[in-house]
Amino acid sequence: MDDYTIEVNHLSKQFGAFTAVDDISFRVRRGEVYGWLGPNGAGKTTTIRMLLGLLRPTSGEARVLGFNPASEAKKMQARVGYMSQLFTLYNDLTAAENIRFYGLAYGLKRRQLRRRHAEIIAMAGLQGRERALTATLSGGWKQRLALGCAIVHEPEVVFLDEPTAGVDPISRRQFWDLIYEMAGRGVTVLVTTHYMDEAELCQRVGFISRGRLLALDTPQRLKETQMSGRVLEINTTHPDRALRVLQEAQENGRFPADEIALYGAQIHAVVPGSDDAAAWKEPIAALLAEAGMVVNSIEWIAPTLEDVFISTVKR
Amino acid sequence: MSEYAIAADGLTKVFKTRGGLVTAVSELTLHVQPGETFGLIGPDGAGKTTATRVILGLLRRSGGHSSILGYDSMRDTYAIRERVGYIAQQFALPADLTVMENMQFFAHVQGVSPRQQKQRIPDLLAFAGLGEFTERLAGRLSGGMKKKLALACSLVHEPQVVLLDEPTLGVDPVSRREFWHLLGKLRAEKGLTILVCTPYMDEAERCNRVGLMVNGRFIAYDTPKAIKRQVNGRLLEFTPSDTPNTLALLQNPSRLGVDGILEVQTYGAMLHLFVDDPALRVPQLTAALSAQGITLDGLREIEPRMEEAFISLIRRQEEERVDGKRLSVVGTA
Repeated sequence: MDDYTIEVNHLSKQFGAFTAVDDISFRVRRGEVYGWLGPNGAGKTTTIRMLLGLLRPTSGEARVLGFNPASEAKKMQARVGYMSQLFTLYNDLTAAENIRFYGLAYGLKRRQLRRRHAEIIAMAGLQGRERALTATLSGGWKQRLALGCAIVHEPEVVFLDEPTAGVDPISRRQFWDLIYEMAGRGVTVLVTTHYMDEAELCQRVGFISRGRLLALDTPQRLKETQMSGRVLEINTTHPDRALRVLQEAQENGRFPADEIALYGAQIHAVVPGSDDAAAWKEPIAALLAEAGMVVNSIEWIAPTLEDVFISTVKR
Repeated sequence: MSEYAIAADGLTKVFKTRGGLVTAVSELTLHVQPGETFGLIGPDGAGKTTATRVILGLLRRSGGHSSILGYDSMRDTYAIRERVGYIAQQFALPADLTVMENMQFFAHVQGVSPRQQKQRIPDLLAFAGLGEFTERLAGRLSGGMKKKLALACSLVHEPQVVLLDEPTLGVDPVSRREFWHLLGKLRAEKGLTILVCTPYMDEAERCNRVGLMVNGRFIAYDTPKAIKRQVNGRLLEFTPSDTPNTLALLQNPSRLGVDGILEVQTYGAMLHLFVDDPALRVPQLTAALSAQGITLDGLREIEPRMEEAFISLIRRQEEERVDGKRLSVVGTA
């Protein structure tokens, strides 16, 4: 039987006339890395706040580790970790002091704290930097330290709210290695992000927009099922002029593309799907030939998760 | 006089700090053609902002040379100011001015006459999709709209070149795409030269050429396609049944008895593996790992993206450094 650590049924949150979260249902398995992708203001943080027991839902119900966050927050919070997008670290404390501070706040005993301190320093790669002021640490270190502080009490469920903004790609991959290490030990991780490449790293991803959960599946399945149309990459002699020509053709109905955009020296166009990219070559080549341009190649390319997200949200 | 829209040759910036001298930008050379969109791509602290500010003449250079439209960054700051638009990183518009007042304020600062303002401002606001929000306070705009307003403000004096420092930082995907649509329009319709600093690897694909910047230097400087071709081998993606063991085996391929394994990168629950020849190595790998009780799920070849290329190039550079016994490896998993 599946063991669900987070269960959400028809959850809604209303702020006056504004519906921040609109009838959302989903379940997350123990040890799963579940991503929540959506723009700012989509309702991601509001939902997390309800799951943490900081906000009361207007209707519907959530269960985290079997507890109702709205009425059993105290019991639940000892087993749940939370890292906010602001990396709530004290910059004027050292790395070691931050760990100690969070450990004491979570009520860790002395011996436990000593063990966790060593584990977190190792996990964050902060050996030799224990006494560095947090303010002087680089982004990747700070982020791993913030994660360490959020899980100092060894929670079973961890909420990470936009954890890797502005961090370099290598640090970001390291951070994700840590996430999967935790998941491997049975910790459930719910990550919100508006970073597409980050969403690709999750086992399952929910698309959220304007308070609604629009799609929920593995990144691969989302790409296969949620994209209306396919992405064509067009190589032409003058991409800048070609963009203008194709956008005009789109406006007057001669080129039925959903979206046309410049990608460096190429143009990407989202067009109704068909098996044969060559079938698009003739009409596009004809349009561009009128303006004196030559098409060098046209081929289908794999959509990114961002392409899929935008296609889903627009629908 | 330079025919480049933006040029830097051996540009160096050294800061004096309490801890000694810090080289933020080190012998940077870049040449941006008129009408080109050039990306300065790299993590926080790579030196992107410093390089941009030196090129703009906001910081003094310590060595080398730089110019915009042939105007020297240090000597011709006034000429540059007249012809160049700039959005600084985390640049904040006056929140208590309306959209229209912001535009008028920046137009005034740039010496745009009231008559020109009457023509240009409505056009720019329509272009940025802000035509209906002229009376809204800038502080009450969404993050994406603020960025678009900042872009419109930076264009009010009709510059030929714009430098945008992380213009899409913290912006949601839909707004980010809309912002790049605007940049595409500026490139296609006005032939504007655009230099964008960004930590987002996928935004590199939007540029004609990019410089991948780490520790004040370029580790690659070319078109996105050419940079991705610099990566050795071809890329396989799969989910192993046991990630830690698979990773350990692949990092030490002689133990597996499979040749041609060039590099392994973790990718969430998946692994990304560069090999010399997928047709040859896939059966060998599957067999060797299955002998260890490991199965591979969803194994397929994928196109490396800029992010994989970036990681691969950084690691290669660090290995070379180690071989040269100059520095130890930092930051690789």
